[in-house]
Amino acid sequence: MIRAENLTKYYGKTRGVEDISFSVDDGEIFGLIGPDGAGKTSLFRMLTTLLKPDKGKATVGELDVVKDYKKIRKKIGYMPGRFSLYQDLSVEENLAFYARIFNTTIQENYHLVKDIYQQIEPFRKRLAGNLSGGMKQKLALSCALIHSPEYLFLDEPTTGVDAVSRQEFWDMLENLQQKGITIMVSTPYMDEASLCDRVALIQKGSIFNINRPEGIISDFGRDLYALRSRDMFELNKDLKNYKNTHSAFRFGESIHFTAENISGEPESLRNYLIEKGHEDLKLEKTEAGIEDCFMDQMTAK
Amino acid sequence: MKRFWSFVIKEFYHIFRDRKTLLILFGLPVTLILIFGYVIRSEIKDANIAIYDPSKDEITKDISNKLLASDYFNLVENVQNIQEIDDIFKKGVVREIIVFESDFARKLEQNGEASIQLIADASDANTANLVVNYTRAIIFDYMNELNRNNPNPLQILAEPRMVYNEEMKGAYMFVPGTMALILMLVSALMTSISIVREKEMGTMEVLLVSPLKPAQIILGKVTPYVTLSLINAVTIILLGYFVFGVPIHGSVFLLLAECMLFILLALSLGLLISTLTSSQRAAMFISLFSLMLPTILLSGFIFPVENMPEILQWLSVIVPPKYFIIIIKDIMLKGVGMSFVWKETLVLIGMTTIFILLSIRKFKIRLD
Repeated sequence: MIRAENLTKYYGKTRGVEDISFSVDDGEIFGLIGPDGAGKTSLFRMLTTLLKPDKGKATVGELDVVKDYKKIRKKIGYMPGRFSLYQDLSVEENLAFYARIFNTTIQENYHLVKDIYQQIEPFRKRLAGNLSGGMKQKLALSCALIHSPEYLFLDEPTTGVDAVSRQEFWDMLENLQQKGITIMVSTPYMDEASLCDRVALIQKGSIFNINRPEGIISDFGRDLYALRSRDMFELNKDLKNYKNTHSAFRFGESIHFTAENISGEPESLRNYLIEKGHEDLKLEKTEAGIEDCFMDQMTAK
Repeated sequence: MKRFWSFVIKEFYHIFRDRKTLLILFGLPVTLILIFGYVIRSEIKDANIAIYDPSKDEITKDISNKLLASDYFNLVENVQNIQEIDDIFKKGVVREIIVFESDFARKLEQNGEASIQLIADASDANTANLVVNYTRAIIFDYMNELNRNNPNPLQILAEPRMVYNEEMKGAYMFVPGTMALILMLVSALMTSISIVREKEMGTMEVLLVSPLKPAQIILGKVTPYVTLSLINAVTIILLGYFVFGVPIHGSVFLLLAECMLFILLALSLGLLISTLTSSQRAAMFISLFSLMLPTILLSGFIFPVENMPEILQWLSVIVPPKYFIIIIKDIMLKGVGMSFVWKETLVLIGMTTIFILLSIRKFKIRLD
C-alpha cells in the first residue's frame, strides 16, 4: 500500500505539488498522468524518500517516508526520469553494480529481470552510453528490479522511447505485476493511461481526478464533437468565438468541441459555421479520451 | 564490505575509461614538474662574473679563457683586491666571483692540487646554483684535459661558497610546491567533480535510494583517488630526484606519511566542495579559485611568504599547502625528523578533521 495524505512541496515560492492525496493498493499498476511540469517527479521523489514534504504525510508499505526512510530504501526500486545509468560502464557492469550495492547478485535475482534483460543481453559488453533509448530503458528497469523490490517507482519510463519499445515496456510491467510487485508509473502520454489499473490525472501540482481509465472517460460529462472543414484555421477561430463554446482544441486532424450546456447543440452550431462560410463541414459525435479530459480541465475556469 | 569494494571498482572504471581524467591524473603531474623544473633551472647565458687572479700564470689564464670562451659567462671585472668582493656583489651586477689561489700553477705542480673558490650571490638561489655548477663543469673538463697523458693526476679543487643566502632557501622549492599543487588538484578537484557528476547525471538519486550509507558512498568515491594521488606523489619525488637531483635527506617513510596526510586533507576539501555545488562546472571553478590559486600564490611555493604584505601573510596562515610545503622542504632538503615538523603536522591533522566533519554533516541523504 502506498498512501499519500495532503502532500505539499514548494521550491521556494514555486509550487511543486499541493495537497495531494491518493492511495495505491498492493499489486496495482497505478499511473500518474500529466504534462511536463505538473509535479510528477516531485511526487515520486517524496515517495522514494528523496525529498521531504513541506506538509502532509506519505507511507510506503506502512513505512513513513521521512521517519523510516532507511527501511523504505531497501524495499523500493526507483527508475528516475533520466535513465540513471553509468554511461561509461557496460550493460553488464551497470547491472552488476546495482545488484551489488543492494547486497545481491545478478544470478540470485536473474529470474526477475530475465524477460527484460534477455533482450539486451547480446549487447552486454556495450557501454550504456552507446545504447538506443529503448535499450537504455530496459537496462534501467533491470537495474531497478535486480534487488527484488516490493514497490517499483518508474518516473516517465517511456519518454524518449519509440512506439514499439513503449508497447513492449508495458507488456513487461504487466508481467511484473503478476509477480506481485506494486508499480507506480508516471507518463506524459495520455494513450498509456488505459494500460494502468487506475490513474491519477495531475495538473499544475494537484490531482483533479483518480479513477479507473474507463471511469475517467465516463466521468467526462459532456457530449464531444469532432469537427473538420476545408479551412481548419478559420474553423478553430470561429469555434473559439462561438457563444456556447466550452472548449475547442486541435486533436489530430480535427477539432474537438464541447458546448457550455452539457449536451451540445449540433444543429445551431452547424448553422453558425455554414453562415461563416465553411465548406466541406463534417461534424460528428465522438468518444472522449483521456486527453479530452485534460483539455476540458485546462480550459475550465 | 563487498558493497564498498564494488563501489571502488566502479570508480576505477570511471577513471580509466575517461581519457581526460587519465590525462589530468598522470599527464599533468609529469608535465607540471618538468615545466616548473626547467623554468626554474633555466639555461644560463652571459652570466656576469668577476675574476680575482693573484697568480696570473699559464694555468689560471687558461682556465679563465676557457670559462669566457663559453657562452655562459661574461667577464665584467678583474678584481684587484680581495677586499672589493663584497662591494662588487652589492652592486648587483656580478653573479659569481672566481677566486684563484696565489701561486696557482706552482702549487698544482708541487702539491698535485690547487684550489679555486667560486663565490656566488645566492640571493637568487637558483641562478647561483646553476652558475656554480656550470663553472665547476668547465673547470672539471679542463682538469681532465690536463690529466689525459699524466700518470700523476692533478687536482683542481673548485669550492663553491654562497653569499647572502647560504642555506640556499628557494632552490628545489619547486618539488614540494608542485607536489602540493598536484595533490591539491588531483585529490580535491577530481573528487569534487566525480561526486558532482553523479548528481548531474542523476545516478546520485539511485545511490541515495539504495541501502548504501553516506559514509560508504564517500569512502568509495575517495579511495581510488587516495591510491592514485599517492602514486602521483611518488612519481613527483622520483622525477625530482632523478631528473633534477633534488635530494631526499630525511626519512622516506615520514615523507610519504606526510603526503598521505595532505592527500586526505585535499580529499576532504574536495568532498566539502561537492556538497556545496551541483554542477561539474561550478565544482571546477570553486576548486580552481579557492584551492589552486592560494596554493600557487599564498603558500610560499613561488613567492616567499616573508615578502608578502602583512594581510596576505595573515591569509597564508589558513592555506593548508603552506604547512605541507614547509614539512616537505624540511624533510627532503634538511633531513629533519618528526620532532621538527610536528607543529605543521598537527595543523594539517586539525584542518583535515574539521573538513571531514563538515562534509559529513553537509552530505545530504536527500536531494534538497
